[in-house]
Amino acid sequence: MTPRLPGAAWATAPAELPPRGLAGLDHSFSRVVTVPQHGGGATTHSWHLLDNQDHLADLGVAPVGTVLCVHGNPTWSYLWRRLVRAATDAAAAGGPAWRVVAVDQLDMGFSARTGSPRPLARRIRDLGDLTDGLGLSGPVVTLGHDWGGVVSLGWAVDHPELLAGVALLNTAVHQPEDVPIPAPLRVALRPGVLGRVTVSTPAFLETTLALARPALDPAVKDGYRAPYREASRRGGIGGFVADIPAGPDHPSHAELRRVAQGVRGLDVPALLLWGPRDPIFGDRYLDDLVDRLPRADVHRFETAGHLVAEDVDYATATLTWLHEREVGTTSQVLAGGTPAGAPPDGDPPPAVPYRPLWHHLEAQHESTATALVEMAPPSGPAPRVVSWRLLSRRVHELAAGLRTIGVRPGDRVSLLVPPGADLTAVLYACLRIGAVVVVVDAGLGLRGLTRAVRGAWPDHVIGALPGLTAARALGWPGQRISTVPLPGPAARALGVSFSLADLSDLGQAALLSQGGGLPAEPSASDTAAVLFTSGSTGPAKGVVYTHAQLAAVCEALCAQYEIGPGTGLVAGFAPFALLAPALGARSVTPAMDVTSPKTLTASSVAAAAAAVDATVLFLSPAALANVVATAGALTRADHEALAGVRTFLSAGAPVPERLLAEAARLMPYAEPHTPYGMTEGLLMTDITLAGIRAATTGPGSDDGPGGVCVGVPTATTRVRVSALDGQGRAVGAPGTTPHVTGEIVVSAPHLKDHYDRLHLTDRVSRHGLAGDRWHRTGDVGHLDDHGRLWVEGRLAHVMVTADGVVTPVGLEQRVETVPGVVRAAVVGVGPRGTQQLVVVAETDPVARRVALAVPSVASAVRAAAGAPVAAVLVVPRLPTDVRHNSKIDRAHLSGWAGQVLAGGRVRQP
Amino acid sequence: MRVLVTGASGLLGRAVVEQVRGAGHEVRTFQRRPSGLRGVQDVRGSITVPADVERAVVGTDAVVHLAAKVSLAGDPADFARVNVGGTANLLAAALRHDVARFVQVSSPSVAHTGLSIMGDGALPADPVHARGDYARSKAEAELLALGADSASLPVVAVRPHIVWGPGDTQLVARIVERARAGRLPLLGHGTALIDTTYVDNAASAIAAALERLGETDADGRPGGAVHGRAYVVTNGEPRPVAEMIAGICAAMGVPAPRWRVPAALARGAGGAVETLWRLRPGADEPPMTRFLAEQLSTAHWFDQRRTRADLRWQPTVSLDDGLARLAASARG
Repeated sequence: MTPRLPGAAWATAPAELPPRGLAGLDHSFSRVVTVPQHGGGATTHSWHLLDNQDHLADLGVAPVGTVLCVHGNPTWSYLWRRLVRAATDAAAAGGPAWRVVAVDQLDMGFSARTGSPRPLARRIRDLGDLTDGLGLSGPVVTLGHDWGGVVSLGWAVDHPELLAGVALLNTAVHQPEDVPIPAPLRVALRPGVLGRVTVSTPAFLETTLALARPALDPAVKDGYRAPYREASRRGGIGGFVADIPAGPDHPSHAELRRVAQGVRGLDVPALLLWGPRDPIFGDRYLDDLVDRLPRADVHRFETAGHLVAEDVDYATATLTWLHEREVGTTSQVLAGGTPAGAPPDGDPPPAVPYRPLWHHLEAQHESTATALVEMAPPSGPAPRVVSWRLLSRRVHELAAGLRTIGVRPGDRVSLLVPPGADLTAVLYACLRIGAVVVVVDAGLGLRGLTRAVRGAWPDHVIGALPGLTAARALGWPGQRISTVPLPGPAARALGVSFSLADLSDLGQAALLSQGGGLPAEPSASDTAAVLFTSGSTGPAKGVVYTHAQLAAVCEALCAQYEIGPGTGLVAGFAPFALLAPALGARSVTPAMDVTSPKTLTASSVAAAAAAVDATVLFLSPAALANVVATAGALTRADHEALAGVRTFLSAGAPVPERLLAEAARLMPYAEPHTPYGMTEGLLMTDITLAGIRAATTGPGSDDGPGGVCVGVPTATTRVRVSALDGQGRAVGAPGTTPHVTGEIVVSAPHLKDHYDRLHLTDRVSRHGLAGDRWHRTGDVGHLDDHGRLWVEGRLAHVMVTADGVVTPVGLEQRVETVPGVVRAAVVGVGPRGTQQLVVVAETDPVARRVALAVPSVASAVRAAAGAPVAAVLVVPRLPTDVRHNSKIDRAHLSGWAGQVLAGGRVRQP
Repeated sequence: MRVLVTGASGLLGRAVVEQVRGAGHEVRTFQRRPSGLRGVQDVRGSITVPADVERAVVGTDAVVHLAAKVSLAGDPADFARVNVGGTANLLAAALRHDVARFVQVSSPSVAHTGLSIMGDGALPADPVHARGDYARSKAEAELLALGADSASLPVVAVRPHIVWGPGDTQLVARIVERARAGRLPLLGHGTALIDTTYVDNAASAIAAALERLGETDADGRPGGAVHGRAYVVTNGEPRPVAEMIAGICAAMGVPAPRWRVPAALARGAGGAVETLWRLRPGADEPPMTRFLAEQLSTAHWFDQRRTRADLRWQPTVSLDDGLARLAASARG
């Protein structure tokens, strides 16, 4: 490789100190050390490093350990300037004192230009020479980025006696042989290109600096450029690129393999902080690292890219992680352990017996009774009826087929299949063999779906044609399986390797051969599913459930609504529809467009109810509104079918009492319920229509901050409130004192296990709560004297005025009593602590454009609000989420109102 | 205590005199014409004449300085002479005659550089970037006054924002006059959030500041917690500017503005008119200045927490009560 670089690459120079005044770099951390090259005779090398050792000594504190930071190509220790600063500041503030040593690799930054090639193995030994020379003793945590990640892991593998943890930002240790290296690197490696882009010109450097999201400050870019001003300084950049093991013949390939395999043997806490918008180290490499470090704490910063250290606050994240995992102490907490914090109270969580999700499928495998009905199957106009026997057989065949094509336990399988018989069969087949199903709500839209699928990085994708087309077009990962057989060219075009029919055939053959049955069942604590939230309350997050936790969801539904064998269930709401076979219930999927629940008609619901003699009916609030609106088309027979319903549920968003009451008129013998829950905990509290009426008209209902009464906790759920302080932060110890407003905290056996690859989000959701079975919902509310929970809004939407904390929902409800106001949102403008309240309202008649409310409406709103309101704006339409058309995006609205009331341009919110 | 109140004949001055007397102090006033106030000792003279100022200050224990040239247009030198020179004269006399408290009545415009103000506290006066000659001169005067703060002469600056009330010849009278003539446009959509101060609230805040200056801080230094500081004072009830103007029009029984001028256009036009007026200065005020256009089309509301805590003061007349009093006075 050496002849490929220009002569300038072989210049030599000793290490030097960086010039003073580089943005954000404290010169006092810089030092130059000279260490011998082990086995190199008299050869020595001089290194530049950032090191806070003297600063800690000045503070009179002994370090708890050392973070050894290794930059990649073409950066230098400048990449770690924030961590050195933050670690020193934390020590000065009395926190744990971490020494941070951030090296400039040889031929890079301000370290020596050695004039000789430094392939990967050499670089790993160089780093060892340096730590020997520094006399570095344990515990050491390595932190690496880009190719520095590989070097740091190489050092980690070689120094187990010192190693206490590994942390990585975007990097890779393995290149699958069937996948080409990333395109930008392929280009850089072309003959004649390499020297030009890396050494003779600063092109490679500039391209890398342009990857920051958001763009780097020009002063920071200059900081990165400082050591690479001339071609004679850039030899290392070219050397690094030339050393990328593009294939098995490359001289560094063996060393990379050694490191990659060694990583599997590391038994120390690991942290992966990832910026997915990286053209080099994409999610594929994160997935590989997760595979090698299965207990790593992983956080994907959705908007960050390759220079994740510039894009996000990695320094705080790293130091917090070191502290919480007790890295370097004798009692290290590995992932999945218990973070510090006080338990909300002493009650043990209620015990729930575990029955596998396929329990009823096995028990009824001979039954010819109906298991499920699909009113509008893809195969044709007539409803498709599937018996328990057929469903059970199909699950077995598909499970065996999936095994045959190489789906292993723990593999992630993304299901892009509309609700119906296919989805149900393939879902249970995956669960049965221990594969992890990735379920994404179609309501997320294509962009949300892509983000979710990329984030979860499935090994396999099973989809109907639209899903597979999107997978192909958008480059989603995973082996592709189609729900319907595709003609050869179409299958090839979409990259589809099998259809479900192929899987059934393969499965049948496998089941018949050598007495082959299905593999052993996964255990209750194995991961079963990653469910993606709707994203209506923030970016889509993957929520991980184990088999035991999903089974507990079924138990909760069974206990709360007596859904079980014999129940006929109309499933107009996906999460619960999928669980019907696990509950032993016969279910029906009505004819509807799943991406648009508000298109479901009353006639479709009635037809579905008739098909299974429905006793229980589940609908999303958006669907419910349309069902009520289209009730006029119901025939007498339709009404009779609906009269069989005994329990009616609407969930997913708050359901107005009026709507529930109107729906109840269509089902005269049904008790309407509206449960409160979230993807992280599907059934937390429940209230009936009668309960809502009692809560809103009963004694004491007019007191306090108001909100939506969501009833009492379900049998196995505990609800606590973590009180808000004067700044609107949920800092109180979780308790049950009535009329205290705070963040709603829940615990239940059927709660999620954790967030997928969102370590920091997970921390927030458990902050200050001992045990891993509690969850901060991000909702605010209070309990009343009867133990009922009232939801007052989202924690992120709490306003803090000079008079104190204000929650939105109660105020909005009072404003909505004003004649002419149809729907209102209350938001704060101005700085927290002295915010002004603004009411934004939809009116009847509908406003034609954004305007100030007329004086009569404004004064009526102020009189009703019960708190000072600075302005009342009317708008044609409030911005809401696509999925429910009911959750108002108050954060967006607050920014908009701030602009309008600052005197800025008046446009639609 | 004998308190000298300068500029006592204006809307705010009269209210301040009333409050200070109500607190049990003797009041001496100082202005060019008789104040017309009962129970006070009038000293007549000009704030720009040191000898006149000397006569006014001698024998007093405290000074509340309201006198200023308030106008949207005029000779820049006049603003400097009256607002900066006058304050300097008063401070010099106060130091010579052992006055023990000095309340400088200032304006939030001293720190306003043309951007929206949404919940800021009292930012430092900025004579370079403040908008218009009035604001620049008041900024310089405030810096002068706060610079003179010492243990022997504690100084506080109080900045009431847009003072209005019955008998107001500034804001209310201009709105009414233009509305009657059909010359009152609304700038932009009139949505900029603006906080104002009912006159009695501004006066009680100034009186409270005067009392706080008589306290000592934890180290025993005179001037309590407030000396050397500036406080913005408002009703703490911001409203969209169109709503506020409509409220005043309704109280005064005149039609509210009906036509709208885009804010950017008004700013440009205001600038042009300002230039013309400078070339041909007349007795009348220009119909629109860039300063006024900015005032009426960008948000101005303030964090009142520190003001209320330090002055131990709360507004006692709400916006709605104030408008009701305005309406009552308009009906006579």
